[in-house]
Amino acid sequence: MTHHITTPLTAEVVRTLKAGDEVRITGIIYTGRDAAHKRLYELLQAGEALPVDLRDQIIYYTGPAPAPPGYPIGSCGPTTSYRMDRYTPALLDLGMKGMIGKGRRSQAVIDSIVKNGAVYFSAEGGCGALLANYVKKREVLAFPDLGTEAIHRLEVEDFPVTVFCDCSGDIYSPYL
Amino acid sequence: MREYTSAQLEDAVARLYVDACLHLPEWVKERLYAFGNPYIIENFEKNGIIPLCQDTGMAVVYLEVGQDAHIEGSIPDAVNMGVRRAVKDGYLRSSIVADPIRRTNTGDNTPAFIYNELVPGDTVKVTVAPRGFGCENKARVSMLAPADGLEGVKAFVLETARLAVPDACPPVMIGVGIGGNFDRVAYMSKKAVLRPEPNPDPFYAALEEELFAQMTKFAIGVRINTAPTHIAGLPCAVSVGCHSLRTASEVLS
Repeated sequence: MTHHITTPLTAEVVRTLKAGDEVRITGIIYTGRDAAHKRLYELLQAGEALPVDLRDQIIYYTGPAPAPPGYPIGSCGPTTSYRMDRYTPALLDLGMKGMIGKGRRSQAVIDSIVKNGAVYFSAEGGCGALLANYVKKREVLAFPDLGTEAIHRLEVEDFPVTVFCDCSGDIYSPYL
Repeated sequence: MREYTSAQLEDAVARLYVDACLHLPEWVKERLYAFGNPYIIENFEKNGIIPLCQDTGMAVVYLEVGQDAHIEGSIPDAVNMGVRRAVKDGYLRSSIVADPIRRTNTGDNTPAFIYNELVPGDTVKVTVAPRGFGCENKARVSMLAPADGLEGVKAFVLETARLAVPDACPPVMIGVGIGGNFDRVAYMSKKAVLRPEPNPDPFYAALEEELFAQMTKFAIGVRINTAPTHIAGLPCAVSVGCHSLRTASEVLS
């Protein structure tokens, strides 16, 4: 079955998503990868405000390629998620509800997903040209000096993902 | 002595880098059709102007330079100019940081990583093989002992592939280096990822098939390169190539 969901996420919707389910996401999602996570984490450590309110939101681990003229975005597939693991529990504790990436997560992240009632999705790795079709708009929201690693605000429509880790900690991957 | 201009090299790099990011080699496409993931097939069939993968890689450039060929000007400068042009003209991503610890993006995906090989003749063959780091991060080298033997090699290859696959972009091409020394074995494994033909030695061609038979759920092939090695060693390296297995070559005219 395919779920059609919209952002921001709610606890009720997250509870309906089970590992292995196909999901289409519509609404606003935020990009963030290695360098942006490091900055967010350092701001949190310093007790400062974050440039984006992550409550009930989804972070997409991607560093988009530049947009050709007439396109909202360039190639934008998922990057490997485990590199964000050491920063993720702190963001989930803030109320972030979802992540999109590819590959496995640490046990600490899975435990934090369960504790916070969140969900981790995987998008098809290496399919950045295809996934760009589902992005309707993008703007840089924070850390513009990071280039592709800046936090972008993306407007997506029916963005295709699969539930890799659901809110009860169950895992699905065709490659495990 | 045959003369080439640095502009010829720059043009070739600029053209090949964009081409590699947009179009897969035919042999890779055939294997991906056989594997049958519809998302992946749709991705490479688009043939548009958007790169197949947003990680348009570290620009790895192999130059096979004939001993009787001479390229005027600076080879690294020409290659880097080509990379710069490709990144701008092809909407490629700038993924290189100038320093591994201080990590400031260079903004134009330079420098390229250039490997020179001297060959007989007067031709210059340029290969651009962009390497994304989703796969690069999953590569491993093991300095096995001679007593580990063939079984040790097989176990290391299978273990590395199984550890790599859920985090990389399967189906993958597995490149194996056996022999040589610490740095050469890694180089051999990476070149193996790009080779459609089986190893010319039937012993290693059979080993490629034997290993691949255990990986059909997540791989599109296994290729092995070997070299002589030291009496005390059995170096082994495994490189992982994602399904966006990008490489493009041309011989300068």
